[in-house]
Amino acid sequence: MTIPDELRYTAEHEWVAINGTLASVGITDFAQRALGDVVYVSVPAPGTRVTAGEPCGEVESTKSVSDIYCPVDGEVAEVNADLEDDPALVNSDPYGAGWLMKVTLDPDADPSGLLSADEYADLTKDSE
Amino acid sequence: MITEPADGVPRSTPLRAVHESLGATMTEFAGWLMPLRYRGEISEHQAVRSAAGLFDLSHMGEIAVTGPGAAAALDYALVGQPSALAPGRARYTMICVPDGGILDDLIVYRLEHTEYLVVANAVNTAVVAAALRDRAAGHDAQVSDQTAEYALIAIQGPHAARILASITDVNLDDVKYYAGHRGIVADFPVLLARTGYTGEDGFELFTRPGDAEGVWVALTRAGGDDGLVPAGLAARDTLRLEAGMPLYGNELSLQVTPFDAGLGRVVVFGKPGDFVGRAALAERAQAPPQRVLAGLIGASRRVPRHGYTVTWDDASAGVVTSGAPSPTLGVPIAMAYLEPAVARLAHDDAAGPLAVDIRGKHEPARLTDLPFYRRRR
Repeated sequence: MTIPDELRYTAEHEWVAINGTLASVGITDFAQRALGDVVYVSVPAPGTRVTAGEPCGEVESTKSVSDIYCPVDGEVAEVNADLEDDPALVNSDPYGAGWLMKVTLDPDADPSGLLSADEYADLTKDSE
Repeated sequence: MITEPADGVPRSTPLRAVHESLGATMTEFAGWLMPLRYRGEISEHQAVRSAAGLFDLSHMGEIAVTGPGAAAALDYALVGQPSALAPGRARYTMICVPDGGILDDLIVYRLEHTEYLVVANAVNTAVVAAALRDRAAGHDAQVSDQTAEYALIAIQGPHAARILASITDVNLDDVKYYAGHRGIVADFPVLLARTGYTGEDGFELFTRPGDAEGVWVALTRAGGDDGLVPAGLAARDTLRLEAGMPLYGNELSLQVTPFDAGLGRVVVFGKPGDFVGRAALAERAQAPPQRVLAGLIGASRRVPRHGYTVTWDDASAGVVTSGAPSPTLGVPIAMAYLEPAVARLAHDDAAGPLAVDIRGKHEPARLTDLPFYRRRR
């Protein structure tokens, strides 16, 4: 299972890549493995306000459906349109082409509560 | 021997090491550690529809009922008529409780005149064995839970017959649907049955536990160039759902009768003697149905799941028993119990206000005939 060092994580299995005021969000390799084949991803439209810790979308797989919890406070700037036709990108490349959305961080957003790669690895190691 | 259960530790099938070496994601199911998926359930599902899939079903229960009174005991214990089966034939049937509720759905094989093998769902095996023992009392018959003495491997799909034919002495052209023959696969003695739970042609092979890996490997070699892939429980579930086949715990339970499930045909009232559930089932056969098992197709991409409420004009009208994104049809499909009046309305008005409450939002759906998928013959 892959947990890139440079990303931050939530306990609900999202990853975040913060680049200036823009945060890219996806689900982790652990999450996509647990879900199985992803068939549909729903995320808020650009312009939607999102709040850290709140459900903001869902991922449907063959076996189940899971909420996506927004990791940060801000406004959705862009969603991954490729997932419309090819939701399996979430399985094949969860940290790359399978990204879900980009969020413009609020000026006062405080991502310090997000987990480091080591902390996330600790969280998931018993479930492997 | 298959591992006996310890406290809280799932049982393993004889093929566990094979699954792990294939990189399977394992899951606990009905007290067993089983392969959920290997490469991915959608590709496994599609392989079964277009070529062939290989399944470990060793969690299924095998209960032997033997003796001069075995046929009469089973006629009394089950809703079908096993006494009418010719040796070498099998039948889908059910075991009900006195009020007509379904204790389990079963396949009964008549191996010899006085020898039957009852195949039960893993989750119900102990309960079914106990009920059969109880109901066989007073008959000259012995009931024995032999689950630990069998492994069960299924090969399913349009290429299944030609793959299996290349490594067995059994002439598969002589093996009809729902027939079981003893034979040799690779070097191993098996009970070979033309049965399955996928909607495709296929076979189920009962082997000794110690032979399971040999049979699995032989089939893998024989089918490797013919599209055969290992397939897990996730694919098995979407395959049976597309084929409109009920699953115990979803469509079938103690709370429903065979008539509710649209399977009243399995109840044989014409057989001689009493059977458990006869009076209640006879009443249900005459009464208007309390609910109807229906097929639904979702209009959005959100998937109706087990337990979700079905609505008509925003009022509760039923409950989803199974639902999944159909790999073959590319849309969400579901089976649901509907109020008969709503089922009629929805049947007559395909554009009517039928919906499924998917986590607070009513997503439109339409009624469809079961099964969702029927193979070309």
